[in-house]
Amino acid sequence: MRRAPSPTKEKGHLALMDVAMSNWATIAPAITSAFLASIVEVVEAFTIVLAVASVRGARPAIAGTLGGLLLLALIVIVLGPMINRIPIGLLQFSVGVLLLLFGLRWLRKAVLRAAGIIALHDEEATYRSESLQLQEEMRRREARADWLAGLTAFKAVVVEGLEVVFIVIAVGAGRGLLVPASLGALAACVLVLGFGALVHRPLARVPENALKFGVGVMLSAFGVFWTGEGLGVAWPGEDLAILGFIAAFLALGLGLVAVLRGRSAELAR
Amino acid sequence: MNALRELIGLFVEDGSLALAILGVVAAAAILSVLAAAPVATGVVLLVGCLGVLVENILRAQRNVTRPPARQ
Repeated sequence: MRRAPSPTKEKGHLALMDVAMSNWATIAPAITSAFLASIVEVVEAFTIVLAVASVRGARPAIAGTLGGLLLLALIVIVLGPMINRIPIGLLQFSVGVLLLLFGLRWLRKAVLRAAGIIALHDEEATYRSESLQLQEEMRRREARADWLAGLTAFKAVVVEGLEVVFIVIAVGAGRGLLVPASLGALAACVLVLGFGALVHRPLARVPENALKFGVGVMLSAFGVFWTGEGLGVAWPGEDLAILGFIAAFLALGLGLVAVLRGRSAELAR
Repeated sequence: MNALRELIGLFVEDGSLALAILGVVAAAAILSVLAAAPVATGVVLLVGCLGVLVENILRAQRNVTRPPARQ
């Protein structure tokens, strides 16, 4: 016959479940935001690298991309260990403030784009304009054409890659989640590059604005949470408070899109 | 110089939005130093950020829809 669990054992089990729930509340948004944000950034970098390859061939595009990835790896190797030396409160506060600046900027832009107030980002247009610019530049400096093409790919990889590195550090460093966040970003790179290699054209069908909206919501929620933790706020529900913040930013963002669309329709009449 | 500008551009696109966010963070930091209830700091931070976003977006729409001034 099985014995009924003792009250102490049951309490311990409940406490473990609480910890697991609380951990999952931090891990899931960290992986998801690193994954989604990385998709946006990798698609942007891929468009420019593809434009370089189409104008000047694969060699400068690959050389520039590898150079960019090498520089990013160096930055991570040099800066990574420094993160562990920063006092946790200071790290949470500074990462939180940067996340607020970054996340609210993305959310603002995504709301304005969704409401039709500013134009949507168009990967096909970016591809065309990058190709044209590069062709024009190369006509002027034919002797250094490969070098210029490689530099364009390098710059795209470094600029977009830095955003990915920042997001991974920002969502992962505060709670020791750098590995899960990095895996989220890596999965996005593999997905976009694999799909891009198959279709061999700009990935224009990625719902970039919806992704930016979602990531903006999550980064802003993380920003409020970490900044508050850095200032000594004991959030009700601890890590679970992040889910509440996500709900608040999501509801506000969607509400703003609805209000702005309504106003625009009224003005159009 | 260009690289530095691009790096800053990752976080700051609309100067007024960035300033307003820093203002909210400063207000929350002052509250936490003044030993107010920690929950008050959290409320100021969350409500302040939501408010800053609403104000900035509504202002952006007003600027776009405002008819051009007569010459």
